[in-house]
Amino acid sequence: MTRRLRLWVLTAGLLATAALYVAACTDLPAFGGSWHPYGDRAVRAALQQHTANAVSSVNFDQRAFDTLGEETVLFSSVLGTVVLLRRTRGEKRVAPGPAEVPAALRRYGLLVLPVTLLIGLYVIAHGQLSPGGGFQGGVVVATSLHLLYIAVDYKALERIRPLGLFELADGTGEAAYILLGAAGLIAGSAYLANTLPLGTFNTLSSGGTVPLLNAAVGVEVTSAVVVLLAHFLGQALEIESEDGAKDGGREA
Amino acid sequence: MHDALIVVVLLLVAAAATGAVLQRDPARQAVVLSALGLTLAVLFTVLQAPDVGLAQLAVGSAVTPLMILLTVRKVRRKGRRE
Amino acid sequence: MSLLPYLIAGWVFLVGVHGIATSRNLIHAVGCLAVTQSSTYVLLLAVGYRKGATAPVFSDLPVDAPVVDPVVQALALTDVVVGATVTALLLALVVQTAKRHGTVDPDELSELKG
Repeated sequence: MTRRLRLWVLTAGLLATAALYVAACTDLPAFGGSWHPYGDRAVRAALQQHTANAVSSVNFDQRAFDTLGEETVLFSSVLGTVVLLRRTRGEKRVAPGPAEVPAALRRYGLLVLPVTLLIGLYVIAHGQLSPGGGFQGGVVVATSLHLLYIAVDYKALERIRPLGLFELADGTGEAAYILLGAAGLIAGSAYLANTLPLGTFNTLSSGGTVPLLNAAVGVEVTSAVVVLLAHFLGQALEIESEDGAKDGGREA
Repeated sequence: MHDALIVVVLLLVAAAATGAVLQRDPARQAVVLSALGLTLAVLFTVLQAPDVGLAQLAVGSAVTPLMILLTVRKVRRKGRRE
Repeated sequence: MSLLPYLIAGWVFLVGVHGIATSRNLIHAVGCLAVTQSSTYVLLLAVGYRKGATAPVFSDLPVDAPVVDPVVQALALTDVVVGATVTALLLALVVQTAKRHGTVDPDELSELKG
């Protein structure tokens, strides 16, 4: 197919999709309306289960099985990325030299790092109470560690980031979620059913299995993002093809 | 008042998304994507979804653009064969 | 106003798809896919919005306060994070493609194959 013909096919497809979409939108309930049958039921169930953050209740209790699926997608894409970005035959690691960082940047970075780390951990821990949880907090914790790369250099980042340990933690997080689900079976109920005592509403220990599943997700997401960024950094900064001439490899 | 705010942020999202697609240089696109992540985070907060806003802020404005930039760096280093 | 958020979500989706289809660089195409993906979040949260309601977090709200729909938020939330790891997988594929074929232009790549 020529480029021109392709463009025509694309335009026709986009216009048809747009027409159908707009027609469908006119039949949707109006934006901001008060008819939310699923939302109302989910909120009622969240309050029944003593979980103040209804979103966490949906994620880790009412639709916990769905989250297991999401986690598995996350786990397998990390696995795939690690396999694709590993060092292959004919490639070598060249450690990047130490970098000069302006003193002000260094001071600011080293000040912000622990604060960000703490915020991330707080966000994970309070997932069942306030906006946040394992998914969001995990990303914050993982990115906070990388402030060390900006503030000091790559070597310093590598020192606080034992990659093998984080890869292990990624698998452990996924396994913990699956095993916590099996706890429901042992208690004589369904897989991933919330069988723990629900605790007092609006305290850290409320929500039964919600904080535990939330923590498992926190561990998995944190290590997933750390592992992903480590492999991308490794490819961009360290790994070079051994046969420099063939690839014209080295950067000036 | 709140409605007007929603409209403004929605238009900003549309503009940032269009900009991110039109910017053909991937390194610059990463910067626009980061701005899109930020406007989306604001939109989600305005739509009373702080949970999603928080995730979008961390992922959309930091992690995804960073990975794109690192890929660009790797590919450019590789592709310099002439 | 009652349709605008849905239309914006549709616009973001179509713009993203157009970008993917016309892209001359696989990294750019992955970026456009991220744009397309974000349209689903806009649509989901627009469907769940309720005028005058607050976020569905009851730590400092009376239990009968009107709140927006938490179900769509939970759907969007997990996908934001999981979507980022899928983006990472695609970028890893791009890196591999660049290593194997020395180009990330989809048109050049299909010529190589034929």
